[in-house]
Amino acid sequence: MVTSILPMTLSGAKARVQGKQILGPVDLTLGVSGVTMLIGPNGAGKTTLLRLIHGLQRQSAGAQDWAVPVEDARAAQAFIFQHPTLMRRSVLDNIAYPLRLRGVSRKQARAQADHWAGRCGVGDHLDQPASSLSGGERQKLALARALIRAPEMLILDEPTAHLDGRSTREVEAILLDAVARDTRLLMATHDMGQARRLGTEVVFLHNGTVVETGPASEFFKAPQTKEANAFLNGDILE
Amino acid sequence: MGDLWQGLAQAFWLVVTFDATLVEITARSLRVTLSAVFIATLIGVPFGVWLALNRFRLRRLTIAVLNALMGLPPVVVGLIVYILLSRSGPFGVLNLLFTPTAMVIAQVIIITPLIASIAHQASRELWAEYHDLLISLGATRRQRLVTLIWDGRRSLLTATLAGFGRAIGEVGAIMIVGGNIDHLTRVLTTAISLETSKGNFAIALALGFVLIGLSIAVNLLAHMLSGTERGRRW
Repeated sequence: MVTSILPMTLSGAKARVQGKQILGPVDLTLGVSGVTMLIGPNGAGKTTLLRLIHGLQRQSAGAQDWAVPVEDARAAQAFIFQHPTLMRRSVLDNIAYPLRLRGVSRKQARAQADHWAGRCGVGDHLDQPASSLSGGERQKLALARALIRAPEMLILDEPTAHLDGRSTREVEAILLDAVARDTRLLMATHDMGQARRLGTEVVFLHNGTVVETGPASEFFKAPQTKEANAFLNGDILE
Repeated sequence: MGDLWQGLAQAFWLVVTFDATLVEITARSLRVTLSAVFIATLIGVPFGVWLALNRFRLRRLTIAVLNALMGLPPVVVGLIVYILLSRSGPFGVLNLLFTPTAMVIAQVIIITPLIASIAHQASRELWAEYHDLLISLGATRRQRLVTLIWDGRRSLLTATLAGFGRAIGEVGAIMIVGGNIDHLTRVLTTAISLETSKGNFAIALALGFVLIGLSIAVNLLAHMLSGTERGRRW
């Protein structure tokens, strides 16, 4: 299966938050397959760019083109937030919720949610309120809730930023499993080890603009720009 | 102080002997108020949640008016409903004046703004929490409303209980539109008012204690049924 919603092209895309331009102009093309890691210092605009691509952030200028009408593209995406939103329901019903929105019967939705909870490692907590889960389990719930929709593209905003090593490893295993089933990933991270482990392509963002893009292997070996070089060396970018 | 003790003792006797009159007016109080709370909840809760969900031009004004209507003087509501339902009024043909239905109508008008306003407050935070997720999942407007009502049901219960509290203790409006007619529209509050004016403080107090007990009982029951205040629930 090849992603039908991609490629996506942003040209001259800008975003403003409370009257202040915090992103853009961004020119960026996302190809049909692979794992794109979005990296850059804090405040570079990573979250805003992801939200803009997913339609959670209004685009104030420029064009955004998908291979299909934008509503269809959005419906084929799932978004993982840095802090997962837990609904005031049981773990099982949290995971079943996207299917319920699509009109799937409660019984069927729960059966599928049961399956995905197991695959994502929260199968032992089905009847607990979601709020009783630990940080790592919450993110796994969010992944199960995203993957149950069978998204073509998964957009993740620093999903492991607050997790310990073991939870991070488990989350990455779930992501690799999704990649193996041809899910396109676009993921922001500030963990360079994670970017190396998972990424096939890197987009380096600084001060709201894309400074460098390229295959992950080349980017980490020999970054082309001064900023990327400094960032990888651990210098503080302003 | 003597009146208080006497009232308490009399209340006790009225209750343990299942005094026929007491049972009758208590049942009517409950029926009128619960009907009003039910109808006002059906209108007020979805409207309040809808207000939290949607942005439109007159939103601020609507919320301000709603909050102002919370303090609507019951006597004035009673007067207006009276005029509307009286023989010469626009709804005179329905013959509703001095019936329990008229009392329900007046109470619905009094408590719907209260319920809607509290429901709005209660669901604002929940919407802030759910906003990104529900937009991301492509929930329709209707689905967002239903989700917020369902997931916020425990805090929305507060709105309903506040409505109940205001309605069960209300006397001004239902006195005017109900008329405090024995065996027809007499309820606990109007009976208390009547007995007090007749100087029967003990009976008035007894009815008052029954009213307070009833209010506490309904609140406890609602909390028990919904499972709030228990462990790790919301």
